[in-house]
Amino acid sequence: MALDYSFSEEHDELRATVRAFLEEKSDETAVREHMASERGFAPQVWEQLAEQMGLAGLIIPEEHGGAGMSYVELLVVMEEMGRSLLCAPFLGSAVFAANAVLACANEPTQKEVLAGIAAGKLLATVAHLEPGRRWDLDAIELQAKDGTLTGSKTAVLDGHTADVIFVVARTDAGLGLFRVDADAAGMTRTPIPELDLTRQLARIDFAGTPATEVSQGDQTAALERVLGLTVAALAAEQAGGAQACLEQATDYAKTRLQFGRPIGSYQGIKHKCADMLVEVEFAKSAAYNACFAAAEGADDFLETAALAKAYCSEAYFHAAANNIQIHGGMGFTWEHPAHLYFKRAKASELLFGDAAHHREVLAGKLGL
Amino acid sequence: MSDHAQMSEEELRGRVRALLEEVHPERTDAVTFRRKQYEHGLAWVHFPEGHGGLGLSPKLNVVVTDEISKHSKVVHPDPGVSIIGIGMGAPVVLTYGTEEMKRDMLPRIFSGEDVWCQMFSEPGAGSDVAGLAMRAERDGDEWVVNGQKVWTTVAHLSRWGMLLARTNPDVPKHDGLSYFVLDMQAPGVEVRPLYQITGEAEFNEVFLTDVRIPHDRMLGKEGQGWQVAITTLMNERVAIGGGGSKKKGGGAISALVKLWQEREKAALSPAQEAILRDRVTQCWIEQELLRVTSQRARAAQKSGNPGPEGSVSKLAQAEGNKRLWETALDVLGADGLAFEAGYELRQGYGGTESAQALAKYQFLRSRANSIEGGTSEIMRNILGERVLGLPGEPRVDKAIPWKDVPRS
Repeated sequence: MALDYSFSEEHDELRATVRAFLEEKSDETAVREHMASERGFAPQVWEQLAEQMGLAGLIIPEEHGGAGMSYVELLVVMEEMGRSLLCAPFLGSAVFAANAVLACANEPTQKEVLAGIAAGKLLATVAHLEPGRRWDLDAIELQAKDGTLTGSKTAVLDGHTADVIFVVARTDAGLGLFRVDADAAGMTRTPIPELDLTRQLARIDFAGTPATEVSQGDQTAALERVLGLTVAALAAEQAGGAQACLEQATDYAKTRLQFGRPIGSYQGIKHKCADMLVEVEFAKSAAYNACFAAAEGADDFLETAALAKAYCSEAYFHAAANNIQIHGGMGFTWEHPAHLYFKRAKASELLFGDAAHHREVLAGKLGL
Repeated sequence: MSDHAQMSEEELRGRVRALLEEVHPERTDAVTFRRKQYEHGLAWVHFPEGHGGLGLSPKLNVVVTDEISKHSKVVHPDPGVSIIGIGMGAPVVLTYGTEEMKRDMLPRIFSGEDVWCQMFSEPGAGSDVAGLAMRAERDGDEWVVNGQKVWTTVAHLSRWGMLLARTNPDVPKHDGLSYFVLDMQAPGVEVRPLYQITGEAEFNEVFLTDVRIPHDRMLGKEGQGWQVAITTLMNERVAIGGGGSKKKGGGAISALVKLWQEREKAALSPAQEAILRDRVTQCWIEQELLRVTSQRARAAQKSGNPGPEGSVSKLAQAEGNKRLWETALDVLGADGLAFEAGYELRQGYGGTESAQALAKYQFLRSRANSIEGGTSEIMRNILGERVLGLPGEPRVDKAIPWKDVPRS
């Protein structure tokens, strides 16, 4: 079934509304303020995002208090968030945790948490990667024993501020989803000093921490899909960030004069911008393809997600690096926003596995 | 004219030993020792007698440091912060300065007592530094200077600055510049740290408001500033270009190899390992060829000012260095998400507590390698036009008065 990648008027309105909100509440000054704050985001902005815009529950079904929207609406929202470098627990709570709970958790758990997540009042996250191990699900070793967890997880999105943590751990059946509340005993949450100050990550150490299995049986296949859905959303965010870098670089190339000419009039710069344009358009294609595939329930969704994460990771990094280069010395300063996009690009590339990792996943699925 | 030009290496070494008998680095502080070194003509041996030299070939400078290190565990090398003064300030003072300036300034440059900075670049004059706008207007025996400089290393530590300013806006840009030695303690000079991607401020902005410079601190004639400056710029390109390590496998590549060897094997699939291994090997090749190319350039180089040949290394090293540290981050994988050193905004250079912290720091810092001292875009133009002789693009700014050239 061919995906048609077309956006409706409602999608365009959604994009315009989200963009306007973010331009007001998450402009560059706000981003710098929020990233330096204790929690790494502004609670009032998050509240507005959740309550006024209903975004925290965007993909959560209406029966659980969400907006019941599809991945097409999510892609629009993620692109805009990436464009503005919004500092918020959105990827961790509204995307990763929401998807994990919807795909793996039993009904009572869904009833308990989804409404809170949708309202933005309950901050949830998923702990999956273990220190020194691969991002693949088969690399997970943390085991639940007698209702407790002992071991470590790392790179947990907003791990140190989340109210509830869903831990992926090994069981006799395979992999299960475990719920750990913020005040659980024997749990130490350590913020990781980030390369990318705009996204909070934590390491979590469990020492006999009580944990409740909220799934039944082996969740490996469901979790693979959850990871796919999360990286597809991240890819859309990366595409939005890459687009922002292209615009910044091009605008600068038009207005910066050296040797009596705008620097964009030199082929070296002009061609660089043109090459960025190609990568940005392909990044959008990759992200849109994955998100439309998710929305339409396409069979090859996991392939599209791997492709999107691989391509968008590199496209964003190139765009952000070129943006610094085109801005010359100014692009190297703390004061100019180029470094914020550059760091977000690199960190997003490494999160959930880099391009080489996802190309390997794709190659496997393609039977190459 | 003395007959020192005939002095043999052995005789020069004898002179060094005579210095060491008078003052020994192991028992003397750096400033005192280096002042004596200057008096003995062993600071820059190619400088004239009486000005820190013996009128010899510049190639003999290495003999001095070699002989000192033979007899002393301590050598009191050029202080890091003095590299600009020693490498650029001293030659320009020697060539263009008054006797009084040479007498007063050269010893203090060499000893490290006076740090010097270079003030050419401006927010509106980066690649097009000759288009700079800082204005110097004559008022009796003085020049009154207004404007802003940027990317000024060690300005906050400097006693003197090498300043390029516009003394005539009505002539083509290269002809309207003059070169001054600026007293950094003069009223109206304001230095502000310029924080960068890593959080530190290696560089500064310098604001000049109605700063007065005596006419006798203009080096060279009025309107000759560009000619005076061009020498220092060529020296800077080579000083930064460098060409990597002199030792096979040394320098940045050894850091990458170490990170690779210490990698978290369980964090990589066999396929990912193979890919990264190939990338690390490519970086190794690139760094080794940088080393060999620099050796070849050194062998071919005559004494005096380096020409465009140095530009090959500059371009190659900038792009290669960025690639090397990108590879390092990818080798680190999820560990690359952390920036252990933190982004404290402070003056100085980034710390290197561990191999990992160094990799993160260099990953960010290396973004400037293709910008500072000449962008990679400019380097490509230079290589294409000056080395390969390809026609330049049409210029709209060279022959018209500076004031008529469009600026941002």
